[in-house]
Amino acid sequence: MAAMAHPTEHGHGGHAHSNEHGHAARGGTPRPRVAVVKFASCDGCQLTILDLEDLLLELSEHFEIVDFPEASSARSNGPYDVLFVEGSVSTPDHLRRIGELRKQARVLVTIGACATSGGIQALRNWADHDAYRAAVYPTPEFVESLARATPIAEHVPVDFELRGCPISPDQLVELLTALVTGRRPQLRDEAVCMECKRRGVVCVMSAQGIACLGQVTQTGCGAICPRMGRGCYGCFGPREQANAAGLARYLQASGERSAEEVGQLFAGFTAYSEPFRSTITDLGGTRGARRTGGAGHVAGGAYPPPGGAATGRASYLPGRPRMEGIDDDGR
Amino acid sequence: MTAAESGTREKIYEVDELTRVEGEGSLVLHVRKGKVLEARLRIFEAPRYFEQIVVERTPDEVIDIVARICGICPVAYQMSAVHAFEDLFGVKVDPEVRALRRLLYCGEWIESHALHIYLLHLPDFLGYDSAIALAHDDRPAVERGLRMKKIGNRILEILGGRPIHPVSVRVGGFSRAPRRADLEPLRAPLAAALEDAKETVKLVAGLTAPEFEREPRMVALHHPKEYPYNHGHIQSTDGVDLRPSDWDRAFREVQVEGSMALHARTKDGATYLLGPASRITLDAEQLHPIARELLAETGMADAIRTNIYWSVLARAIELTHAIAEAIDIVDGYRPPIESRVAWTPKSGVAAWSTEAPRGLLFHRYEIDGRGRVSAAQIVPPTSQNQGAIEDDLRRFAPRIIDLPDDEATLRLEQLIRSYDPCISCATHFLDVRILRD
Repeated sequence: MAAMAHPTEHGHGGHAHSNEHGHAARGGTPRPRVAVVKFASCDGCQLTILDLEDLLLELSEHFEIVDFPEASSARSNGPYDVLFVEGSVSTPDHLRRIGELRKQARVLVTIGACATSGGIQALRNWADHDAYRAAVYPTPEFVESLARATPIAEHVPVDFELRGCPISPDQLVELLTALVTGRRPQLRDEAVCMECKRRGVVCVMSAQGIACLGQVTQTGCGAICPRMGRGCYGCFGPREQANAAGLARYLQASGERSAEEVGQLFAGFTAYSEPFRSTITDLGGTRGARRTGGAGHVAGGAYPPPGGAATGRASYLPGRPRMEGIDDDGR
Repeated sequence: MTAAESGTREKIYEVDELTRVEGEGSLVLHVRKGKVLEARLRIFEAPRYFEQIVVERTPDEVIDIVARICGICPVAYQMSAVHAFEDLFGVKVDPEVRALRRLLYCGEWIESHALHIYLLHLPDFLGYDSAIALAHDDRPAVERGLRMKKIGNRILEILGGRPIHPVSVRVGGFSRAPRRADLEPLRAPLAAALEDAKETVKLVAGLTAPEFEREPRMVALHHPKEYPYNHGHIQSTDGVDLRPSDWDRAFREVQVEGSMALHARTKDGATYLLGPASRITLDAEQLHPIARELLAETGMADAIRTNIYWSVLARAIELTHAIAEAIDIVDGYRPPIESRVAWTPKSGVAAWSTEAPRGLLFHRYEIDGRGRVSAAQIVPPTSQNQGAIEDDLRRFAPRIIDLPDDEATLRLEQLIRSYDPCISCATHFLDVRILRD
């Protein structure tokens, strides 16, 4: 336990390093006590823990999983050495619970787009919640729902975060390994574009004119969308210093896309993370929140879209505008 | 877990937070003088407003968004949505695309069924808290389950980029279809998984299930030539026969008294059961021959129909089916000529049902003149099953009231886990009412 990584960011003072609660593992050393909790989410990120398959049973040799209701009926209150938190804070009860849980957790790790950025449900943050809720529920007083769905870090200090919708199993294993061996996890902060370059994936945006958020999105997924022949939709969230506004201008100018359409590209699973958030707002907010019935010129995303983009012929390429502030390698 | 007793004849069983289910729910059973006053499966997942989120979005965006309703069965959400849109727009996909979508669903069924049998349900039958605890005593069994789960995930990863929230399903086909060589790595593990699945059938057929016979009304898709995933008519044990788009002609959602919950009922207010037991009952003839033979060997088709605890066997039979069919699809695969055919949107109602691992999943979208969603209704299997679950709780309760409290509540939980409830999905039935009231 003494070897376990101690968080340096937002260091959470006042917690003892030693663990009096761990049971002896096979080797005789106490194992860190691990718990998994969820707020508003789809359960996909905690399922990624079970998806470790080959490593799952080995994992239980290094960690004592004391509370993981989706997987075990054995329950335990804190304190926990490591607490994985899935989901966004979306109800008054969530607000109460996250504060209590933080006190019980030596290391708090947020897992997934909901916990790190608010998730898809954070799209409601652009709407007028009271009107929205009243329109939605005949008896809105029964609905325990906050005006905004928010990331965990907006409420309590977070020690480590794993991005993604869902998280990457490789990054999860890297974090767990780092926690066991007492080093800092090596989680890359670079654009999806770098991953495409490393894997030799032809750029879907320059070659086919497909809108792609790869250059402003943090990697970790292995560039699966470009590999699958479509543009990145940003589910690992913005990387540091991402020039989302620049990309938005480029996408409007290069592909004959309206501001509204470009706004929708950012209005996905990590919409509420800056700078995606302000880019969406600058482009007029989310369509669902406005419901203006405005003048989108592309009917419902026909395939292939009118104008020739995404057909494999990048018909607009000659004379395309410069990608402002964005180098070809995505930086 | 508590069982409060007042006097000697009144008991309230409460399971505050159900475990080994997908999502957060609780159970209340109130018994007085052997009579059940209340049996309620409550869901306390936070509302996420999915039917609102998809409003004004395009069909392809909807496919990405609705997957996030459930991390356990994202493919089911993508499949119901994509078939609804293609039905309205008159899109005819390449036959190989149709086969690939079946393979994708095979992957999700294999993953979900292996997870449920070995990690969630088997520990109940064998008296453990979790699969990890079970693995201390029988590691090979748990490893067998994990091996099958892994090959299910591998299928999803090859076809869709990742096992959870795959990215390749688009209206008209796939953003990219695999080459033959891409599927090659599936062959050997699938062959091994088939043996594991047969072993699983043997294992679960030998379990001891509590006695609990009843005859629920069962509903599933039925297709004359194939076990149902994406196509077939909605049929029931009492004669319903409808296109997959026409769910709302026989069923409707009703608000449950004293709660925000919406449950589905038949038009005359009756509850019904979805899922593996219903599919085996209505579609046994269409099982892959290997799975059909195994089912016959167990001689337990009738037990599956009448005792929900045997859904664990139904799941094992379907697991075998999905693996055997996946092998056939991989063997016969030729890349489609067009992995994605051209389409243009139309206004109107796009509706479809497909078979999620835990039962029929109905989607209905109103599409406006610009090809965007103006209203949505999503009826997940768990909110359809909830009425049947509560019926069974009421019927089952008298059998457990004389048991010690811990054992009684365990039996109740085991009963609920037999339906493989997916509470993350079901929560958003809160939203369904939203758009129509």
